[in-house]
Amino acid sequence: MKQRRKRQEKFMEERPPMSGWRRFARVFFGRKVVLFGLIVLALYVLIAIFADLIAPYDYKQINLQQVLAQPSGEHLLGTDTAGRDVLSRLIYGIRPTLIVGSATILIAAVCGTILGLIAGYFGGWIQTIIMRCIDALMGFPMLLLALVIAAVLGGGMKNIIIALGVASIPTFARVMCAQTLIIKENDYIIAGRSLGFTNWHLMWNHIVPNAFPPLVILATMNIGMVILMEAGLSFLGIGIQAPDAAWGSMVSAGYNRLTSNPMLSVAPGIAIMLIVFSLNMVGDGLRDAVDPRLRGTL
Amino acid sequence: MITYIIKRLIQAVFILLLLTFIVYGVMRFVPGDPLLMYLGATDIQALSPEALDQARQELGLDQGILVQYFKWLGNVFQGDWGKSFHFKADVLLLISQRMPVTIYLGVLAFFFSSTIGISLGIIAAVRRGKWADTVATLAANTAITIPIFWLGIIMILIFGVSLGWLPIAGFTSPFDDFWLSTKKLIMPVICLMIGSMGSNARLTRTSMLEVIRQDYIRTAWSKGLKERVIILKHALKNSLIPVITVMGLQVRFIFGGAVLIEQVFAIPGMGRLLVDATFGKDYMVVQGCVLVIGIIVVLTNLIVDISYGWLDPRVRYD
Amino acid sequence: MALLTVENLKTYFHTDFGLVKAVDGVSYEINEKEIIGIVGESGCGKSVSQLSTLQLITSPPGQIVDGKVIFEGRDLLQFSANGSEMRSIRGGQIAIIFQEPMTSLNPTLSVFQQIGEMLELHLKMDKEMQRKHSIELLKQVGIPDAERRIDDYPHQFSGGMRQRVMIAMALSCNPKILIADEPTTAVDVTTQAQLLALMQNLVNQYNTSLIIVTHNLGVVARYAERIYVMYAGRIVESGTCDDIFNQPKHPYTIGLLKCVPRLDEAEGTKLVPIEGLPPNLINMPSTCAFLPRCPYSIDKCREEVWPPLKRVNGQYVSCYVDTRR
Ligand SMILES: Nc1ncnc2c1ncn2[C@@H]1O[C@H](COP(=O)(O)OP(=O)(O)OP(=O)(O)O)[C@@H](O)[C@H]1O
Ligand SMILES: [Mg+2]
Repeated sequence: MKQRRKRQEKFMEERPPMSGWRRFARVFFGRKVVLFGLIVLALYVLIAIFADLIAPYDYKQINLQQVLAQPSGEHLLGTDTAGRDVLSRLIYGIRPTLIVGSATILIAAVCGTILGLIAGYFGGWIQTIIMRCIDALMGFPMLLLALVIAAVLGGGMKNIIIALGVASIPTFARVMCAQTLIIKENDYIIAGRSLGFTNWHLMWNHIVPNAFPPLVILATMNIGMVILMEAGLSFLGIGIQAPDAAWGSMVSAGYNRLTSNPMLSVAPGIAIMLIVFSLNMVGDGLRDAVDPRLRGTL
Repeated sequence: MITYIIKRLIQAVFILLLLTFIVYGVMRFVPGDPLLMYLGATDIQALSPEALDQARQELGLDQGILVQYFKWLGNVFQGDWGKSFHFKADVLLLISQRMPVTIYLGVLAFFFSSTIGISLGIIAAVRRGKWADTVATLAANTAITIPIFWLGIIMILIFGVSLGWLPIAGFTSPFDDFWLSTKKLIMPVICLMIGSMGSNARLTRTSMLEVIRQDYIRTAWSKGLKERVIILKHALKNSLIPVITVMGLQVRFIFGGAVLIEQVFAIPGMGRLLVDATFGKDYMVVQGCVLVIGIIVVLTNLIVDISYGWLDPRVRYD
Repeated sequence: MALLTVENLKTYFHTDFGLVKAVDGVSYEINEKEIIGIVGESGCGKSVSQLSTLQLITSPPGQIVDGKVIFEGRDLLQFSANGSEMRSIRGGQIAIIFQEPMTSLNPTLSVFQQIGEMLELHLKMDKEMQRKHSIELLKQVGIPDAERRIDDYPHQFSGGMRQRVMIAMALSCNPKILIADEPTTAVDVTTQAQLLALMQNLVNQYNTSLIIVTHNLGVVARYAERIYVMYAGRIVESGTCDDIFNQPKHPYTIGLLKCVPRLDEAEGTKLVPIEGLPPNLINMPSTCAFLPRCPYSIDKCREEVWPPLKRVNGQYVSCYVDTRR
């Protein structure tokens, strides 16, 4: 075993030089689905930024003369029960989706990382207390946790972000705790301690940077899930509600007009799927390009 | 083994206490009168201020949150899970009516998501790079991206409305009319299992690919065994180990999905109860649901950990 | 007619970094009841050549590009890789023991399940027979308390014990050839000697031919009748054990022998390692692969392609230099 590993190391040393970035780029961009995902993501972001220019109508504009219009040249995807243009609402719907997705992950990642870092670094009863609380939260469906929190806080974008963020903390805390436990065993951390570096210094300058790649990958891979949960909450009627455009509530609003105006529900669903699929594929690609060994754990 | 189980059970109880306490605490943050946890807003308006004060004292609302929590807990142990002002019924009774529906749905979804997901994963791994892999992987990747409530709606549109093959809503007990019950369950179960199926397939594929590179698989080939035997007897058990680990999480996932799916298909289960209770600020019901769901999730995790020993003889329970 | 003849075997790997010619035109043969040794440094293609004879190379990335493996008059490379003919040979006619005892047994199946399935497959035994026979085998390879240990799992055995289990498994169906791929690298020296003696005993008893693959010439000296020396995917010298030890002709063999402690030499003779590293098998030059490390090299070596094997006094050597001078 040892010999084989030695041989492989030798093999790797003697191969024609290929820098980390080149390997990364080759694996990452070498896959068609990843490219597809990147393109879709870029398009979404562009559309979100230039929504004002692209959208054919004002997405909040109620037009009672044009209620529930079928798709036509004038309204490509028809209009909803209040006569608002569905395509325009779809376009503006990207904004809350992306904002909720990234803000939630940011909150969850920051809080989860801090909790996991403290738990893993100090160990002992601190770890026990923190990780048991995390376990307790893990004992309950994320969506339901977010639902209860959102119900207490009330709807609206800010509260949804908090609710989803809190519900997503355990994932990050667990991974970070596990990473910290591994990294902390490294010689340089032990040496650093005996040299009298502060805990804070060691955590911030040595552990966090080393745990960064898996965290970034985890974050990318979880944005999709958060977007799905946000859509679910909006569908249940507690997320972002009309007149603001959120895809989940658009699906829900179209539910009663399913037979006559199927586009009302179908279109936002496809919009959700596309972005979640793209995010997942980019996340997978990142993981495999950075470190294929993470495959089993993330 | 026995000591291990007992240890895990004690741990489970601890986790449940923590979980219910956290939820209890969260609900205490409700802006407004804490009496709202026990009474509906209209009830409160109907009562005189003196009566309200008395109610507060009776309920112990003037005491600290810990005292109140343990009071609730003590009552739970005595079978008094509180009253739902919204449904005008006993919480325990409500839950015991709704629970079986969701469990039935969940068990079916869990079963199909595991069997179909794992099979897809095996096929993809064994035929790596061939078209079967491409199809299975794409299917799995798509499955984890579908908003399930939307899938439910689309299925209703196609199979319920357009084709008229399946009933679009409601629930019938399999003991009353098995055939009708099954027909009504097909779409909800598909929606509920699809996400877990996708992630099971993805995970099985990765772990299977890892396992078939191992030395002992080469040994198995050198014995002259057939590919089927090698995959099913030598590789599968090993590659299921990481899959089983996340199966506990799948239960969480499925419960979360049940909330949405019961809403779409108008199924009277726990998920809907929880949503209605949350929206109606019927906090005793929420608290009861949290406890029950927590128990189920924690117990499944325990079962998963024990089934480890069967898969992997290296695991020792101590 | 030899029992197994390998002719001009070529196995290449397509890797991210280029084409690895792991085995590049290897020929050897083994007769009935014979013990031969295949010797070479780590990474020279010993394992790959052995795996290729049974078509156990995973493809991709590996590919058997050329060659013949004639066993009892049939070319095994003509059979489809996992077809029924090939499968009946594997384990039944030619068995192989791998170099990593710690990872070569399936951790989730008991020893009995792993031996029993071979007996069922090749000898069509029923469960009861399988059990009796497996216990018998374990006793033969020297596992104490075999009746009880048979239901244990691999992790409950030590490395040496696992290798014994592997030997029992490999010999269970009475194969005509046993390939032992560095069976002793992962165990300590005492166990090493025990295992080799055990194997020698058993192959005598079962009339099995044995191929010992190793990087240690000392290991094969006592057991092998003939020796093949491999370097960078090719055989560079072959001959009887005595000839190789007493009059090595290839500079590489001479170098190898200098790092083996010998009893027949005066004490105090220094062991000298071969200078330099084995070559990278990607983009190999067409000249002799040993050239950069060779103390005997002449101009011809630098100008002409790698010399083919040529017969010198009953030995075969691939070298332009007459090292006897
Ligand atoms: N799956 C593979 N992919 C790429 N290259 C491989 C693969 N397997 C083997 N090789 C290459 O083939 C060459 C020969 O390998 P092989 O395992 O036969 O060496 P060996 O002589 O058995 O060495 P050792 O004494 O370490 O077992 C090595 O250089 C190795 O890098
Ligand atoms: Mg080898």
